[in-house]
Amino acid sequence: MEVAAAPLSLESQAGSVAEAPARDDGCAVAPAARPVLRERGQREVFCGLTGIIWLHRKIQDAFFIIVGSRTCAHLMQSAAGVMAFAEPRFATAIIEDRDLAGLADANDELDKVVDRLLARRPDVKAVFLVGSCPSEVIKLDLSRAAQRLSARHMPNVRVLAYSGSGIETTFTQGEDACLTALVRDMPVAPADAPPSLLVLGALPDVVEDQFKRTFDALGIGPVAFLPARRARDLPAVGPNTRLLLAQPFLADTVRALEDRGATRIDALFPFGAEGTSAWFEAAAAEFGIAPAHVETVLAPGRDRARRALEPARRQLEGKSIFFFPDSQLEPPLARFLSRELGMRPIEVGTPYLHGTHLARDLALLPAETRLSEGQDVERQLDRCRAAAPDLVVCGLGLANPLEAEGLTTKWAIELVFSPIHGFEQAADLAGLFARPLARRGLLKV
Amino acid sequence: MQLAMWTYEGPPHVGALRVATGMRGLHYVLHAPQGDTYADLLFTMIERRNARPPVTYTTFQARDLGGDTAGLFKQAAHDAYARFKPEAIIVGASCTAELLQDDPGGLARALDLPVPVIPLDLPSYQKKESWGASETFLALVRALADRSLTPPPREGRRLTCNLLGPTALGFRHRDDVAEITRLLSELGVDVAITAPMGASPRDLVRLGAADFNVVLYPETGEAAARWLEKTFSQPAVRIPPIGHGATCDFVRAVAAITGADADAFLAGPRARLPWYSRSVDSTYLTGKRVFVYGDATHAIAMARVAVEELGFELVGLGAYNREFAREVRVAAERYGLTALITDDHMDVEAAIAELQPELVLGTQMERHIAKRLRIPCAVISAPVHVQDFPARYSPVMGFEGANVLFDTLVHPLVMGLEEHLLAMFRDDFEFHDGAGPSHLAALTPSTAAHAAAPAHTPDAAPVADDAAPHAPPANDAIVWTAPAEKELAKIPFFVRGKARRNTERYAAERGLASIDVETLYDAKAHFAR
Ligand code: SF4
Ligand code: SF4
Repeated sequence: MEVAAAPLSLESQAGSVAEAPARDDGCAVAPAARPVLRERGQREVFCGLTGIIWLHRKIQDAFFIIVGSRTCAHLMQSAAGVMAFAEPRFATAIIEDRDLAGLADANDELDKVVDRLLARRPDVKAVFLVGSCPSEVIKLDLSRAAQRLSARHMPNVRVLAYSGSGIETTFTQGEDACLTALVRDMPVAPADAPPSLLVLGALPDVVEDQFKRTFDALGIGPVAFLPARRARDLPAVGPNTRLLLAQPFLADTVRALEDRGATRIDALFPFGAEGTSAWFEAAAAEFGIAPAHVETVLAPGRDRARRALEPARRQLEGKSIFFFPDSQLEPPLARFLSRELGMRPIEVGTPYLHGTHLARDLALLPAETRLSEGQDVERQLDRCRAAAPDLVVCGLGLANPLEAEGLTTKWAIELVFSPIHGFEQAADLAGLFARPLARRGLLKV
Repeated sequence: MQLAMWTYEGPPHVGALRVATGMRGLHYVLHAPQGDTYADLLFTMIERRNARPPVTYTTFQARDLGGDTAGLFKQAAHDAYARFKPEAIIVGASCTAELLQDDPGGLARALDLPVPVIPLDLPSYQKKESWGASETFLALVRALADRSLTPPPREGRRLTCNLLGPTALGFRHRDDVAEITRLLSELGVDVAITAPMGASPRDLVRLGAADFNVVLYPETGEAAARWLEKTFSQPAVRIPPIGHGATCDFVRAVAAITGADADAFLAGPRARLPWYSRSVDSTYLTGKRVFVYGDATHAIAMARVAVEELGFELVGLGAYNREFAREVRVAAERYGLTALITDDHMDVEAAIAELQPELVLGTQMERHIAKRLRIPCAVISAPVHVQDFPARYSPVMGFEGANVLFDTLVHPLVMGLEEHLLAMFRDDFEFHDGAGPSHLAALTPSTAAHAAAPAHTPDAAPVADDAAPHAPPANDAIVWTAPAEKELAKIPFFVRGKARRNTERYAAERGLASIDVETLYDAKAHFAR
């Protein structure tokens, strides 16, 4: 554990510069030594509940019930904007005084909420009970509630549980928790099953389809994606399952799958021409595909991506960039920006640095780039102002205030909500960073 | 446990944040987990503020729970003071921290900071945002107002008043304050302190020196006004000056205190609304069926504007803040209605679908509901989204506010002559249903869905699969014959919903199994009474 709950002193909680390798949180391989600035202080990040915003669009037959407070409900609608035009497939069961005072049995109340919902939404085939800070603090056992409710509603509806609470999860970790819950439901693949590939992390449908086509062309298969568009389309998992991570924030999901015998393919993350190539190549190598064939399949997409990146490269080359922690996508994105667009990452902040899964990406970051994990937002703002970067990647709470101070910003959340993976999206991804700078150049006000 | 998809109000600590963010020189130390920092974006994104709200969150984590969350709080309060040097600090807990019972007030006092530290006690599991704002403002006023102050002698000076209630994130508060300040000035009254928005803790010390108070927004200002009345014997003007009539009433109430001649002041034309409404072009507004819902203050005021100043027919009136339910009920009774008091947007949607009004006046939630039901809508109350913080001057209070309201309430409607043409040439290819009012952007279902997708989540939300309305289903038992369906389609879309519903009700009441063209016109005659 790093800085413990700091004693009261006149100094602010100091960040500690650890020379030791990034904490690997139970994973065996230690990443290359690179100093990591670890800070504790005020964090300016979303909690894991926010993952529901994309998960409920991705998993089309699932409904997410947050068991939480009015704050959780308000967070969801503020972060999601009001998508009330569509009735969303998520809602908050708001814990009230009478639930806390024991006047109402929280489990009975939850049963009623689920029954009513399912009566109204017969299209729903899976319900996720999502824990929040209040439900965790009062120790409401949602896993047991899910078992009970599943017993009652199966085979029509499966009920699962995970926690997206802010005391345990930061933003994208909510997806990690959700996928981990799904892993528990996966059937067992026999030990002699042929090798199969499981791609991890919610992807926009268009990207998933592109990836599927490329795997087909490479001759890799069968390929499954987690999460799938239907909650209960779960592939079997066993010792011959190979895992390929499309997102860097899935530590628990990977661990759960490894416990079931699956093995992870080490690869760069599929951002940019280089990352996407390396990602497919790693999978192909694992499946024993001939390198010449791999090259034939990947070359057109890779070349197209490189060509498409040229205009953005002209705009971004040499520009410095500063990442506030948000989604854990920061290290691979910084790698892409520095290697393929010539940007200079000054600080790459991430809420949580999973060194093992990121080892290849981290190795490609420039030596002078500062890596930071956790946050003390005030001190980080001081560093950011001092560095005066050309572009700041930050959350919605910080963007306008920093713009008003004269910095140019990019909302981090857009990186999570846009198709950015793969060859065909490489230029779009670059465009997300180029646009704020181009806009600044355009405006004469 | 209530299942909520959308909420009209946030938790009470968000109300406190609205007070703190509106003020200057105040800092809020909030014991809360990291995710609660989302509240910052309400101000920086939705209201487009150019500075972070003055709040420090402790952002405790699970691993702190067994340990020293109290120590974390003290550290955060200490650091916040050192960094921001505020004139005063408010401290409190969000819903999660409330369960920890760390007593932020006691902890902060123990730090012995050289500025006033005001503890907030906002029960998150019982109360909501407006109440939290009101309570926070009251706590600040009680803690800071110098009780020894009295207004100076009245002779030879202009009178002064305080404007109470505006906060950050309020619906048009910025412009309302400017408009009412100007109006009061014309009436010979200077605004001493506007609070909470714009005031510093030091300003609040001097509240007692004003001659009287004006409560602009009872939801946030009434509790403080009552306390000031008791403590300083300051009278209060309690008429929200929304609409022409209410503004005139407001002027008379102010004049009653100052001794000015209200009739002389109101003799000349002050607003364009009265003439615009009397001019013949507005005839077509007569009897338009309107549904009004919002916070109690705006809903009640808009109902009056709609009925008395535009000649609409009020078919529904409701509010989400139960604290003011009594006032809304009284107002609704005046129009022969039963008030809809609920904070469940599904109830509101059901009511709108049932009533099929021709215009909805509501919050951003009703805008979405109305869009889905294809009913014109104007936003008249918080909660609102980024587009309801207009760049232009756009008050809803005072005489200019009345002008703004005329435009706001008329704009969504099909214009008079156009309405006639639609009725006469129903099969005209340019006047087909999808066209909508000619001065508004075309509203086909696909563009509507796109507009509703929030920019926070660009491209994230293919909404089509959910777009099916979940309005109460039409009466399934009754079948429309093909010719009747065809005839119904010739009725302009903005009244078709009403016609369908009325006809079905008519048929159901008579036990008819099917509806033909005759039934349609029988029902029309029946409901035309
Ligand atoms: S941080 Fe906790 S209390 Fe706050 S919104 Fe997230 S889950 Fe709810
Ligand atoms: S939801 Fe969209 S429109 Fe609203 S504040 Fe966020 S980015 Fe702006």
